Amino acid sequence: MDALSAVLQGLPMTIVLTLSAFAIGVVGAVPLAVGLSSSNMLIRLASRLFVDLVRGVPIIVWLFLLKFGIQIGTFKFNPVAAAIVGLGVVSTAYLAEIYRGGLQAVPRGQGEAAHALGLTRGTTFYGVMVPQAFRIVSPSIATYLTGLLKDSSIASTIIVAEMVFQSQSFARQHPTVEGILPYILVGILYIVLSLPVAYLSRRLDSRMRKAVYA
Amino acid sequence: MTWLTEWAAYLPQMMSGLGVSLLIAGVSIVAGYPLGLVLSVMVSARNLAVRTLALAVVEIGRGAPALVILYLFYYGLPKFGIAFESITAACLALIWNSAAYSSEIMRAGIQSVGRGQLEASSALGLAQRHTFWRIIMPQGMRSAIPGLMGVAIQMFQGTSLAYAIAVPELMKSAYNIGSQDFNYLQIFALAGLCYAAISMPATWITVFFEKRLARHA
Repeated sequence: MDALSAVLQGLPMTIVLTLSAFAIGVVGAVPLAVGLSSSNMLIRLASRLFVDLVRGVPIIVWLFLLKFGIQIGTFKFNPVAAAIVGLGVVSTAYLAEIYRGGLQAVPRGQGEAAHALGLTRGTTFYGVMVPQAFRIVSPSIATYLTGLLKDSSIASTIIVAEMVFQSQSFARQHPTVEGILPYILVGILYIVLSLPVAYLSRRLDSRMRKAVYA
Repeated sequence: MTWLTEWAAYLPQMMSGLGVSLLIAGVSIVAGYPLGLVLSVMVSARNLAVRTLALAVVEIGRGAPALVILYLFYYGLPKFGIAFESITAACLALIWNSAAYSSEIMRAGIQSVGRGQLEASSALGLAQRHTFWRIIMPQGMRSAIPGLMGVAIQMFQGTSLAYAIAVPELMKSAYNIGSQDFNYLQIFALAGLCYAAISMPATWITVFFEKRLARHA
């Protein structure tokens, strides 16, 4: 069970990376999603270019760019900060796209009805559109979170001591057959970790459906 | 302007790396999609053992990070006397990935074909095999196209992980140039642009296909 405890040593770091990047993404995606659905073409195009560019570059490149490329005066990113910022920016772009899709999926009539009832634009957006959009996108957000959990493993390439990093150093110390164990364990662990997220998302989804249609 | 001239100098050195990246992505797609189709059929097989095996292959391929599967092939299997070149290990890992992801997309595509199609062809007296290959599959695969294109883009980006096992792909050649000149910012920005130059248009084409399919649905 040495292999398991070695892998588990990296678990807190994996969770910290995933949740911090997710938090950055959940918040950062809001203005970006608004930009993606703006009626101003310039804003819309700029947001679209940003989202597509961020998503078009592999995560490992973002991490190396931040870790090795950025030096402002004496400031340099340490590995953990580079990983959190890099994964955070990437999730901002992905989540913005998910938000935008959700807002678009809310039937147009809802906005028109709110307008006809004399609701302000703010109330229409935050009180009518956003709650319905959230219901539509919550499963996609959960799926993205499990993707982000797996992507956090890439931080091991810039020497962040998360689960994959720990499993690799254990494997190096054990050149025998036992050295394959941490890789198998870490793979299973990622699958196990994403199960509760999938479960919660299904429960949330069915509860909200009840709230709407009951 | 100095950035542009230096980029122009670095770019040729990175082209062989880009070639390796494209090769790995191509192999993972060409070998992965047919495997994915087989898996998608196996997942709904009547035989429990076949179904369980296929599900395990799919769930590990999708649920475990690509980097872990990569390490498993490159560092893990040699301990059982099965050693691969780094590029072969990268191909095998990404084939597993693309087979797993594509099988789910193809399964969803097949399931999206209306039941009426099945009933109609059975009413017409078509054989089951005929119904599956001539009626259900072509329609299912058509709606799976955007998803499969998405997986292809994901695989191309995934080739950058092969850096971690020293495959001489784009990321690795960028790192090598960077460690000579310490121009890391410039080099990795250029590498990123190379990836984006392929991924972004591919994404736009995918969105175009999605919209067209949605219009005809």
